[in-house]
Amino acid sequence: MVPLYWYVLLSAALFTIGVVGVLSRRNVFIVLMSIELMLNAANINMVAFSHYLQNLTGQIFVIFIITVAAAEAAVALAIIILLARNRGSVHVDEFNLMKG
Amino acid sequence: MLHKAIFIYFAAVCIGSALLMITRRNPVHSVLFMLLLFFHIAGLFVLLNAEFLAAVQLIVYAGAILILYLFVVMLLNVDRESAAPRANRYWPWLTLFGLLISAEISFLVLRGSFPADAGQQPMTLAVGSVRDLGIELYTKYLVPFEIASVILLVGLVGAVMLAKKIKD
Repeated sequence: MVPLYWYVLLSAALFTIGVVGVLSRRNVFIVLMSIELMLNAANINMVAFSHYLQNLTGQIFVIFIITVAAAEAAVALAIIILLARNRGSVHVDEFNLMKG
Repeated sequence: MLHKAIFIYFAAVCIGSALLMITRRNPVHSVLFMLLLFFHIAGLFVLLNAEFLAAVQLIVYAGAILILYLFVVMLLNVDRESAAPRANRYWPWLTLFGLLISAEISFLVLRGSFPADAGQQPMTLAVGSVRDLGIELYTKYLVPFEIASVILLVGLVGAVMLAKKIKD
């Protein structure tokens, strides 16, 4: 069998790649997909622990995470369409309407 | 042994396609690498006896969410400025930061005391079977399940309201 910590290490690596993608890319699509990648890393962790603890709660939580990810993708893509229509760009460093 | 070999294959493809996903210039290529990643994560779920979640991963993530991304990427046609830099100017520092976090998590995991033999025990209950998952979801987690449906409704209404063209 595969040791539990292999899954934890894989999940940590994928999460870190997602963090770097969110922080460093300019294209807003890739920023959003990196967020999905981080959610998936958490899912791998949950399913691995659910398997090793012989407890289904982790898998239930993965279902809820997928639900929230779907809703988030729908709303975020609508916001991107609005931004691209109003500002004519999809680069996150050009969105400075709120002077943050 | 076979399990380990299969795991290493899935993990290597996952990490490789994730790295390619965050480095490609064209977002369409990124979406396709993400698709590859989701297929291999579904494979990992099968390896962990979570067949229902593997199916949900393929149907919802690969089939619905990624197609939505691909649809919007192609709709907006953002391939105009292909000469613009793809990352912001802090990216070397952020990559270093990522490697640092990764090393730190790996260090903590490797010196922690995860039970290395926990997977050796025989499967007592059929973890991952759709029947058990459904019983758990519709009895113990009924209220969160209903809240999830409200979240989906909010996402639907929000997306329609936001993307609607406002006439003035």
